Amino acid sequence: MKLIIATIKPFKLEEVREALTSAGVTGMMVTEVKGYGAQSGHTEIYRGAEYSVNFVPKVRIEVVVSDDVVEAATSAIETAAKTGKIGDGKIFVVPVEQAIRVRTGETGDDAV
Amino acid sequence: MKLRTLALTAALVALPSLGFAQDAEVPAAVPTDVVWIFNTLLFLIGGFLVFFMAAGFMLLETGLVRSKNATMQLTKNFGLFSVAAIMYFLIGYNIMYPLGTWAIEGYVSGLFGIARLEAVGVAADAVDDYAYASTGSDYFFQLMFCAATASIVSGALAERIKLWPFLIFTAVLTGVIYPLTASWTWGGGFVAGAGFSDFAGSTIVHSVGGWAALVGAIILGPRLGKYKDGQVVPIMGSNLPLAALGTFILWLGWFGFNGGSQLAMGSIGDIADVSRIFSNTNAAAAGGAFAALLLTSILYGKADLTMVLNGCLAGLVSITAEPLAPGLGASTLIGAVGGVIVVFGVPLLDKLKIDDVVGAVPVHLFAGVWGTIAVVFTNGDASIGAQLFGIAVIGLATIVMSAIVWFILKVAMGIRVSEEDEITGLDTTELGMEAYDLAK
Repeated sequence: MKLIIATIKPFKLEEVREALTSAGVTGMMVTEVKGYGAQSGHTEIYRGAEYSVNFVPKVRIEVVVSDDVVEAATSAIETAAKTGKIGDGKIFVVPVEQAIRVRTGETGDDAV
Repeated sequence: MKLRTLALTAALVALPSLGFAQDAEVPAAVPTDVVWIFNTLLFLIGGFLVFFMAAGFMLLETGLVRSKNATMQLTKNFGLFSVAAIMYFLIGYNIMYPLGTWAIEGYVSGLFGIARLEAVGVAADAVDDYAYASTGSDYFFQLMFCAATASIVSGALAERIKLWPFLIFTAVLTGVIYPLTASWTWGGGFVAGAGFSDFAGSTIVHSVGGWAALVGAIILGPRLGKYKDGQVVPIMGSNLPLAALGTFILWLGWFGFNGGSQLAMGSIGDIADVSRIFSNTNAAAAGGAFAALLLTSILYGKADLTMVLNGCLAGLVSITAEPLAPGLGASTLIGAVGGVIVVFGVPLLDKLKIDDVVGAVPVHLFAGVWGTIAVVFTNGDASIGAQLFGIAVIGLATIVMSAIVWFILKVAMGIRVSEEDEITGLDTTELGMEAYDLAK
């Protein structure tokens, strides 16, 4: 099992959700977050004074999938979230030791 | 609609021969009673429109401060209006209108004491001025202008001034400073004698409020964190819908402000002039708003709503000194220049490290000076010398008197909240009452 954490542009959320569903992912967690990477924010002007917006709004998606779905899921996110412009986001994949479904007590791949 | 209006007028003036518009041969003289009634009605309508500007100022200011200071801004606006009403009643009205009785000829009114109304059910032969309007309507109308002057100050000093020193300053401003400087022109004093022309008060109302705000902002100092290492740190407004609604309300109220300042509605000429003034006032507001919209889009790449709101008000202030003589095109341009002045005036104040939270100084002072000068472009009776004389004399007097009052208050009781209170917000520290607490 792997945990896929993806930060994407907020307006791409619906497309990414559809792509993940098509790739066989059945559930996900979504959080509104702020952050910056290579994009490192941008500047705005309020009443003639320039200021920098360091933290850019992003959406963070977390999905846990069995190993055989990882490739399909990450490429689904990559394709759906891509605009080609700076700030498209990142995808991280980390191993997951255990998963337990609270209702039934199922564990491992059966629980995700 | 046109015919019905004519018929109504005909009935009112009791002139049966005036049947149709085309048949009207000799203009009918309007009976003095009717003139008096219509003039009074103009003051009452104008007065309650200007009254509503208090709501406009309040919403604009509350929208442009941070949410932690919103209740305080609302409280100050209700406080200042109440104080203005009491002070204008106690001494202001008689200081402003000496009616020929001067203590120092042309400079200081000889009338002291409270304002008095005409008797209940007064008859035509017992009214104060049968050739004008009821005293109550005049008092009501003029009081609203006095309160507007005080409203201008509260926005510039927001988010850091203590409640009571602010209200004490308001009492002096509305009881003495405004009535005194206004008496020099509208009370028939020496500035009017010099030929100064300021129809509804670009200088007499708006720049007086602007000067008082500027002096106060300098003595009070900027909000914590506004200027850091030579950089301007923007402090965002918390509720732009409120600010935008407030500005539209001010725009509405301004029809009463300028239209009512025709001071007469008892003839075709007068009501036609009031109509011109309404239309010109509207044109100037549009000119100011659009100029700011266009200019911020060009300069910053994006339109800045807060500047558009300020630009609209600057347009209104600009046309206030002469809303009658220009045509619609000239009015739009005069207002547009006001909008441009604001877009450059706001950053200019920031460069000088003068923290004017809502842009009151660029809007009311800078555009007020521009509007007063612009009178000479359309009103042949005005001279640039007299206009500059009025701007300088009224400005200087307001600066000196305001500075004295602010310094006395600063030494006697302190005008600024503590650093900790300012960071926490005045709503909880000064009032113990938050504005946006409903969700809890």
